[in-house]
Amino acid sequence: MQSVYMDNNATTAMAPEVKAALKEADRIFGNASSMHRYGREAAALVSHAREDLAALVGCRPSEVLFTSGATESNNTVFDIARHLITQGKGSRIVTTTIEHPAIIETARYLQSEGIHVDFCPVDSEGRVKIDELEKLVGDDVALVSVMMGNNESGAVQDTSSAVRIAHAHNALFHTDVTQAVGKLPIDFEKEGFDYMSLSGHKFHGPKGVGALIARKGAPLMPFLHGGHQENGLRPGTYNTQAIYGMGIAAKLAKKDLETEAARLWSLREMLRKGIEESIDDVVINGSQEHCLPGTLNVSFPRAEGESILLMLDMAGVAVSTGSACATGSLEPSYVLMATGMDVELAHGSIRFSLGRYNTQEDVRYVLRVLPPIIKKLREMSTR
Amino acid sequence: MKDFKDFMTGWVYTDTVKDHFINPRNLWKKEEDFTPDGFGEVGSLACGDQMRVGITVEDDRIKEIRWLTYGCASAIASTSMMSELVKGMSLEEAYKITPEMITDRLGGLPEHKFHCSVLGDKALRAAIDNYYENKGLENPFKGTVAKVVCECRNVTDQQIEQLVKTGQVRTLEELTEKTGLGTGCGKCKAKALQMLEELKHIYNIT
Repeated sequence: MQSVYMDNNATTAMAPEVKAALKEADRIFGNASSMHRYGREAAALVSHAREDLAALVGCRPSEVLFTSGATESNNTVFDIARHLITQGKGSRIVTTTIEHPAIIETARYLQSEGIHVDFCPVDSEGRVKIDELEKLVGDDVALVSVMMGNNESGAVQDTSSAVRIAHAHNALFHTDVTQAVGKLPIDFEKEGFDYMSLSGHKFHGPKGVGALIARKGAPLMPFLHGGHQENGLRPGTYNTQAIYGMGIAAKLAKKDLETEAARLWSLREMLRKGIEESIDDVVINGSQEHCLPGTLNVSFPRAEGESILLMLDMAGVAVSTGSACATGSLEPSYVLMATGMDVELAHGSIRFSLGRYNTQEDVRYVLRVLPPIIKKLREMSTR
Repeated sequence: MKDFKDFMTGWVYTDTVKDHFINPRNLWKKEEDFTPDGFGEVGSLACGDQMRVGITVEDDRIKEIRWLTYGCASAIASTSMMSELVKGMSLEEAYKITPEMITDRLGGLPEHKFHCSVLGDKALRAAIDNYYENKGLENPFKGTVAKVVCECRNVTDQQIEQLVKTGQVRTLEELTEKTGLGTGCGKCKAKALQMLEELKHIYNIT
């Protein structure tokens, strides 16, 4: 049976180049903080990675803080905001209704601790309403956080406008670029962002490693305590191999960012057109004009998402769904619901997310197995 | 070394669920000329599951059963299993089947799937109710089984009555806390509140 992985927004396969580099470096085990040669060798790996990652996202190497991933980075930034607010520097946080749970849940937690958080709504295409953001952000705001590319709908947000709005009110600006890294060009310095979160495993690097990019001079406090690593801002022995691997992945992503983005978009469009041609009554979700190149979110009315996902899985195709049934809750995807989507369409939504190793053959295979699955489920359906 | 190739056994569902999901039994096919004597539909799209059941009856027994389901794998499989279970059963027996009887035959379902996706028994009861209605007859079984008030969390009228009677629940908030009622689509809340007030009146609870 053919197997096709189209769930790259969940995680990606490590690039062979990353694996090869890790294999080469596998004898290096020293603590990167040690002064002896073992330590210096390990420190060199970390230092290479810092430069490669900085080059990919347009920041200075010294602005990179290695973390365990975007969840930690996001938590760190929100903790900084909490700190500022308790010190009387602002009294409010503004974020959006479609952020990743690593932001939404963190924001809700802060709310339960008495911190005022506002969530900016999105339009029917899943894009943050900039005029609403403008209204929400005032001089009392400590932090504005707007993600760059949405993991579910693929909608790319107008972070350039968002950062301008934040700075006009002297608020700090953070963007979660986890889904955008390696797919969209990112220029941290030029955009004037204060903070940025990312994870290595979303762009063919290892899991359990990521970074918080923090502008030089932006407020920083450690989220964890207990060591001098990263200038005491992120203590804990360096996860040397993973950090190095993420650096190699960053180098790879930078090398062919434009061609790869164009290739992903053409595969995505081939898939979209194929689905629209071979299956009647489908709804393409999210902004098409402002969309991550590899993400396609489609609703199949009269077929339920978890059923589609499992039947595709049995045919060797891995995707994800916004259906409630797949998450164990009764609510379908809050990201899709935030666009004002009909609940049935959200239950029947499937996200295809393509990556570096998907080919035209993969798309052709999906287009072969998907129509009969939708047909079968619709024949079973009450609607 | 643990073989990580045995991932198919790590499926969230049992092989029986999978089998009924892929090869549903007694499906109501459009091309088939099936005229039911009784017909029932339950579920809500807000919950993501909806079921339709049609039955033909002979000598007070279910002769044939057909169904359609919009929903996840466990919803499809549990309706399919229900249809096998009740075919040939007397109406009385069929009226009393429970979600547990269906899930036992399926070899179990993940906990979070149980409440929202096993609606087959309710759809069947609705079909039996409809059969008696069509015949202009009194349904002799009506009221003999608990009726579901909150479909999303599978909370029954008998459960609510028990909680009110024993003084464990006085308000809708307390009822929600105890049973999860109303935390899915929320459609049942008004009805539950009305019931709560009635029961409090009946049992003289203030």
